[in-house]
Amino acid sequence: MIRLSIPVRQALLRLTLPVLIAVAFGLMLLGKADPLLAERARMALADALAPIFAVVAEPLAAVHAAVDDVEGLMALRSDNAKLRAENEQLRRWRAVALALDAENSTLKSNLRWIPDPAPSYVTARVVADAGGVYARAVLLSVGPNHSMTKGQIALDERGLAGRVTEIGARSARVLLVTDMNSRIPVILEGSRARAILVGTNGPRPRLMHWPEGVMPVEGERVVTSAEANAFPAGLPVGTVHYSASNAAEVDTAARLDRLDVVRVFDYGLRGVLPPEAPAGGPDRRPK
Amino acid sequence: MTAQRTPGIRPRPTIWRQLDAASRQSFPAACTALLLLLLASPLGLPGQAQLQPAAALACVFFWSVFRPGSMPPPVVFLLGLLSDLLGLAPLGTGVLVLLITYGLAVQWRRVLAQQGFLVVWLVFVVVAAGAASLGWLLTSLLTFRLLPGNAALFQFGITAGLYPMLATLFTRAHRGLANPDQA
Repeated sequence: MIRLSIPVRQALLRLTLPVLIAVAFGLMLLGKADPLLAERARMALADALAPIFAVVAEPLAAVHAAVDDVEGLMALRSDNAKLRAENEQLRRWRAVALALDAENSTLKSNLRWIPDPAPSYVTARVVADAGGVYARAVLLSVGPNHSMTKGQIALDERGLAGRVTEIGARSARVLLVTDMNSRIPVILEGSRARAILVGTNGPRPRLMHWPEGVMPVEGERVVTSAEANAFPAGLPVGTVHYSASNAAEVDTAARLDRLDVVRVFDYGLRGVLPPEAPAGGPDRRPK
Repeated sequence: MTAQRTPGIRPRPTIWRQLDAASRQSFPAACTALLLLLLASPLGLPGQAQLQPAAALACVFFWSVFRPGSMPPPVVFLLGLLSDLLGLAPLGTGVLVLLITYGLAVQWRRVLAQQGFLVVWLVFVVVAAGAASLGWLLTSLLTFRLLPGNAALFQFGITAGLYPMLATLFTRAHRGLANPDQA
């Protein structure tokens, strides 16, 4: 420790705050000038924290499960009746689906249809909410020898959740479809019209740029489109819902507010990615 | 630290006593960092994305007013950096907001520390409004787009509402658990 006189020490103390504020401005400029550096710093921290978060997530999951159990017990009777009715309906749908599947396979065999390659996927646990006030993202904990790359597609058990945007050694960040930087080409299933799904940071992303003469219908299913070669066609995204201000929004099929586990699919698509990836690969579709 | 300057009989500074004092001294910063990490894990709380910067602001403000010795500017800087890195906020925005909050709190602390809870809270509400607007402005500037203002408003509401809860806990900690004079 260097011994300084009291006035000098006081002057230094008084200088700390302005200097640090200047450094904060410098950080902002640096983060803007070299986004890769910020990304690397973020992923380094995420890599260090992912195992800790994974450990913390276990008791949290237990608490969530206990709460769900209690809620389930409270609503046992009404749930039972509802499930019985739903089961009846689903059994009918299953018959329809089986018939359609059989018909589809005969038609495909008649048409010499080239089957889609089955995409490979890995399953990963969501360990942290990595968004913030002005962003929506989650952090995945992945093993040290994972094969994830940027641009792969994350789905939960119900539908599209987002895309992998940052990769670390033990963690990966998934930008959710609700983030305001998210733009996803979609198809309205009823009219086969193309549109763009734009995140707003709110719970429901907005539909934009659909062609003239077509209106999204309330309750219509929305699936991904293979346009721009960033997504395979036909992944379930959600259903159209009109907001109070009459804007066409999408109720996401994925439960983005409580993601536990996501599957990250490798469709081999390198459409909208950094330039070192070969653009315009073969058009692959999911099953 | 004040305990060492006042005359009187004191227990010998054994290693345990020093450790105890050090842990009490570092309680505010450690507690804030832990809170930030905890709020980054997926608890599934409503408004959790807003809670994290809110907690950071409330912690830094409280400890800057009531014990600035345990919340020096470099620590504030690091806490801001942690908060920025945990989320996807542009690097530096959280740091700047927290540093300015610290500066204001330290400036006003002579007056504020003698006031009742309500006055401190009201001042904090004003600071939170400023912090939310500054955060909104900086993020808008750095991402080159006009961000929705209601997100900032919501952020302000959560921050103002969180303070009483944290302040109650911290006041107790400040008097008992984290008081270096009791070491």
